Amino acid sequence: MAKVNLGWPVLRQLLGSDVLGRGVAARSKQTDATTARTETADRVAKSVCPYCAVGCGQQVFVKDEQVIQIEGDPDSPVSRGRLCPKGSASKNLVTSELRQTKVRYRRPFGTEWEDLDLDVAMEMIADRVVKARNDTWQDLDDQGHKVRRAMGIASLGGATLDNEENYLIKKLFTAMGAIQIENQARI
Amino acid sequence: MSWTISENSFWGPLDPAADAGYDEDRPKRKGFFTDTSICIGCKACEVACKEWNDVPADHFDMTATSYDNSHSLNANQWRHVAFIEQPKRLGDQDPGLRGTAGSVDLGMPAMGPQGSESPEDKPDFRWLMSSDVCKHCTHAACLDVCPTGSLFRTEFGTVVVQDDICNGCGYCVPACPYGVIERRKSPDGAKNVGIAQKCTLCYDRLDAGKVPACAQACPTQSIQYGDVEELRERANKRVETLHEAGVMDARLYGNDPHDGVGGAGAFFLLLDEPEVYGFPPDPVVTTKDLPAMFNRATAAAATLLAGAALAFLGRRG
Amino acid sequence: MAEAHPVGFQWVMEAKARGAKVIHVDPRFTRTSALADTFVPLRVGTDIAFLGGIINYVLSNELDFREYVVAYTNAATIVSDQYVDTDDLDGLFSGFDPETRTYDAESWQYATQEKDGGDRQDHETQRETASGMQHETHGMSVDDDVLRDETLQHPNCVYQVLKRHFSRYTPEVVAQTCGVSEEQFLEVCEAWTQNSTRDRTTALVYSVGWTQHSVGVQYIRTGAILQLLLGNMGRPGGGIMALRGHASIQGSTDIPTLFNLLPGYLPMPNAADHQSLEQWIDATRNPGAKGFWSKADAYSISMLKAWWGEHATADNDYCFDYLPRITGDHGTYRTVLDMIDGKVKGYFLLGQNPAVGSAHGKAQRLGMANLDWLVVRDLFEIESATFWKDSPEVATGEIVPEECRTEVFLLPAASHVEKEGTFTQTHRMLQWREKAVEPPGDCRSELWFFFHLGRMIRERLAGSTDERDRPLLELTWDYPLLGETQDPDAEAVLKEINGYDVATGRPLSTFTEMETDGSTAGGCWIYTGVMKDGVNQAARRKPGRDQDWVAAEWGWTWPANRRTLYNRASADPEGRPWSERKAYVWWDEEQQRWAGHDVPDFEVTKPPSYRPDPGVDGIDGIAGDDPFIMQGDGKGGLYVPQGLLDGPLPTHYEPVESPFRNPIYGQQANPTRKEYPRQDNRMNPSPPEHGSEVFPYVFTTSRLTEHHTAGGMSRYVARLAELQPEMFIEVSPELAGERGLENGGWCHVVTARAAIEARVLVTERMTPLRVEGRTVHQVWLPYHWGTGGLVTGDSANDLLGISLDPNVLIQESKVGTCDVLPGRRPTGRAVLDLVTTYQERAGILGDRTVPIVTTGPGAAGDDEGDPTGGGGGAS
Repeated sequence: MAKVNLGWPVLRQLLGSDVLGRGVAARSKQTDATTARTETADRVAKSVCPYCAVGCGQQVFVKDEQVIQIEGDPDSPVSRGRLCPKGSASKNLVTSELRQTKVRYRRPFGTEWEDLDLDVAMEMIADRVVKARNDTWQDLDDQGHKVRRAMGIASLGGATLDNEENYLIKKLFTAMGAIQIENQARI
Repeated sequence: MSWTISENSFWGPLDPAADAGYDEDRPKRKGFFTDTSICIGCKACEVACKEWNDVPADHFDMTATSYDNSHSLNANQWRHVAFIEQPKRLGDQDPGLRGTAGSVDLGMPAMGPQGSESPEDKPDFRWLMSSDVCKHCTHAACLDVCPTGSLFRTEFGTVVVQDDICNGCGYCVPACPYGVIERRKSPDGAKNVGIAQKCTLCYDRLDAGKVPACAQACPTQSIQYGDVEELRERANKRVETLHEAGVMDARLYGNDPHDGVGGAGAFFLLLDEPEVYGFPPDPVVTTKDLPAMFNRATAAAATLLAGAALAFLGRRG
Repeated sequence: MAEAHPVGFQWVMEAKARGAKVIHVDPRFTRTSALADTFVPLRVGTDIAFLGGIINYVLSNELDFREYVVAYTNAATIVSDQYVDTDDLDGLFSGFDPETRTYDAESWQYATQEKDGGDRQDHETQRETASGMQHETHGMSVDDDVLRDETLQHPNCVYQVLKRHFSRYTPEVVAQTCGVSEEQFLEVCEAWTQNSTRDRTTALVYSVGWTQHSVGVQYIRTGAILQLLLGNMGRPGGGIMALRGHASIQGSTDIPTLFNLLPGYLPMPNAADHQSLEQWIDATRNPGAKGFWSKADAYSISMLKAWWGEHATADNDYCFDYLPRITGDHGTYRTVLDMIDGKVKGYFLLGQNPAVGSAHGKAQRLGMANLDWLVVRDLFEIESATFWKDSPEVATGEIVPEECRTEVFLLPAASHVEKEGTFTQTHRMLQWREKAVEPPGDCRSELWFFFHLGRMIRERLAGSTDERDRPLLELTWDYPLLGETQDPDAEAVLKEINGYDVATGRPLSTFTEMETDGSTAGGCWIYTGVMKDGVNQAARRKPGRDQDWVAAEWGWTWPANRRTLYNRASADPEGRPWSERKAYVWWDEEQQRWAGHDVPDFEVTKPPSYRPDPGVDGIDGIAGDDPFIMQGDGKGGLYVPQGLLDGPLPTHYEPVESPFRNPIYGQQANPTRKEYPRQDNRMNPSPPEHGSEVFPYVFTTSRLTEHHTAGGMSRYVARLAELQPEMFIEVSPELAGERGLENGGWCHVVTARAAIEARVLVTERMTPLRVEGRTVHQVWLPYHWGTGGLVTGDSANDLLGISLDPNVLIQESKVGTCDVLPGRRPTGRAVLDLVTTYQERAGILGDRTVPIVTTGPGAAGDDEGDPTGGGGGAS
């Protein structure tokens, strides 16, 4: 590129206003074509930072179904477009090469992860929930009070999840009689 | 044959974009005013810069110098936040610390006496933070010495590496009076290894009317982006405000068009001597004497074709 | 705040630029301190003494906002003459039973209410079920015949009780206890009080480390008392701001994945006390009480209708019996200890990494290693998924992979940009996120996972006639499914949460539309209105610059899009703003309604002059000048006769692990705290028990800006990992000298639970304090590291034992004692030997009775264990 263009900057320099060849005369075609990748995004999703509870607005830029940039949303009265280092690293978070994208399975007494189909994993988990519920079911407590519950199933988590998700989690576990349902708010 | 080189093309006050051939429709000169008195050292600027510019992460070692684990400005660090723990007061701040005498040398840069000898007498302390960046000098030696035309002056008056042109010769590296620019050596597989690297003031974002990534992210607006002229006024007012508030240490660095680089496009409000933050106290553009050298050269080679001379200058050898 | 909530801190900096004074009180000089006007270093665990000292300063100098205090708080209410204060009982309140270490709260009640104002449940049950706070969230039951003395002179009025209670907290005592200089303490007192007037308000901001103490609830109570006394509640620029640490931790409390709660702070029914729908509802609404909880029947029945739809009828008590019952402590720590004991079969971890993030990391990991199965749903391969192969216990031989039976499913989760839904952040604001892209590979949302898990379980039970399966089979579980992955429609779920008219499906606009006859359904009454007019209000994004400063058209804040709670208090009793400068909500005489910048937190047409007739209860029982409408008397509670298990007033207790004897009372630490006395949960000894000198230093933990909680979203992210790449410890130069620690070198920290290593950062930001005439060194540790990710290190939470606040069962994890040694820790089994050596030296290796009750009859003296204390050590 540089060699091909070499003549042109000199000519521009000779004929133009940039006699020292430090500005307009030095621009490459690539430079002239420069544009912010956010300008050519297919769409922008309005989002919210997933880290702390300040609730900073985020804009998620998408091109070819890939996240190409996440930055602060200047419209947000909470954050005015600003983000801390964690919020600023959100693209790195969601596109990290370390993201787990396949189900991993460790069988009892296993020493390595194994692959497992998502559908199979779901069936196995459903089986185990039903079994643990049956195996630990209590109709009455030791004083004869109705309890209708299964103490063999526990859960921890929710503070990083959506309200809609917590709602289904609590609704399902409660209906199945699992009560040891907790999250970071107790920690 | 004649050409016009401004008498200030290499030294003194100058509108660098005009000098680089941009016409009157050009935007006003853009830059950063970094007000370190409100920096909280969060490093959002470092991350936002790396995310936007795809600058790789390549060092995972703790330096044990306060919270500075990014070492310095370098090829993979276009923003760098310095942390300075000092036995000094920040204006009227009551630092509250009342320990006994210090017993371990922390190796921190500091002006003035280290610690205090007598127990119960250690009231002075402050924690300074400052986000450093390429200065986008009015007179940029890196640009002046670049033989390929890779480094160029943009219409915003900033200095940018064109990575499609840079051949990695490295002349720019020693030319920078601040030690900012550097060729990328690592990590393996990173893009542009061997190419000179530094802040572009997010040239691509400016072109789209956006704010540079670091300035947009900065939670407290310690990093302010805007027209250099306006930023200089804002900076002067801020110093006045701080002085009125008793922070007499406040001073500007890099804002003066008469300084050794003709004023920086990215300048700073500091609370101590520049050296404390790792800045050179009185940087001078290393190509200050280029015109004189050039005049001597032309006198000696008066019979040479003008075009050859121009080519010589054009390649900035 | 600059440290863990940097973007929120922009508003502090803006306030500072406008002249606000910023005071930062913290054990360590942080990035917040660097920008504050004043930094006050404090001994960890002495916040009640510090704030109590300010309360004493306010009361003894009569600097309270008297008109506000008399009209809006219970300062004038007369307390029973049977009440005896900690001041007279050496740190205990009247009604203490040393056997159970709980109180009979009868004597704490208001005069004339001693009998009927008492708690329905005894305190021991309340501690077990974290239900003590019911009265706090559900309002006190207060009859309207309580006695008041508006001159505040009656010796038993709350104001005078408060004054006596805090009279011990003099500047000298504060200095002695907290390690703060008297001058600095008085400077804070002056700044706070001078800035709390008709014209000015002061905000108190805390981060939720405040809750992580054995007296955590009382920490916050102390702040509330002070802010009420100074008239800072319900007013712009005032209040108490809890800076919560996870995107939707507020949401996960409102719609609780918590054992003791149902959505909207309705209680999980208790087997013994809530045998019928009526009993359950009455526990919330307190029949005869005033305030908005009187409609708890509508909220509760609407929730049951949302869950069981057409199956929930008046005849079957709206399926109330489908709710499982709690019988005791089912909190996360109890559950983990039950795992160790083999009582739990399966465990779900949903974006949570207890192997690093919960107290007593070893107990967490040993618990997980003793399950039938574990499902981990996360973005990364976190430590809680890999404990069986790389935990510290594998190195010590305590977990042998070939012998560990737990079956582990690691299911990759969708990230925040790969699903839509709402977070509720720390300001109670719901903000809708649009979905940007599809999740990669097997990654799925929790919405997907739980919907389909529920579907598959229901398929397995289909046709069952077993009564136990009816709650599952009759559950409303039919959300529209979208796209290739068949994700449930999150907005449809939000509509159910919002509530709707059963007959027409019309979304409800406000919870006051909820009915008790089953004609309305709604999953979480406090969120009703988020789908007002069928519009997703949480998705509103009118730019801030196009709105006034309240920005009411961005997102939606519960309740009723109200941005500041109890804002009726921003006007005086007659409804006029306290001052022009602080005008927020006021009574518009012309329009005969409340008006202002925010949605008024009051019945909008109830005039300030309104007075209820005697005997009127419910919402109508609240007078026109009673701003605290969720409380039974409409008053802010300076003194709390019901609901707190460790006393009606905050009292300084030492942390469970402390090098110091309590300088204020004979009672050392919170006598009612929840303990799990087990060999695998030894607490370091504290005075009056011997052996505390073996662990001479105080440690505290917190976050760094560059990382997030247990590191699951930062140690695996290169841009963050490189910013703080190694586990470290901050020590003062003085301690470095005393222990031979070198900046940049290594040291290890030892407690009765673990020994961990860290790089040493010697810094002047840590300072020794003078406490009770001697020097105490404090060290600070971040808790972000574990064995996984790009940067690894030992986990600070491994140092902790499990000891809980009695009200809410949250662990004391912000303070403990330790020893600090130079160099790296031993490896393999040798690290266990080191810990055992320390246990031995401290005298806690064998059988041991920890002196929990350290004053009163039968208490432990300074030289002996407490025969009745029962707990804390070996059992």
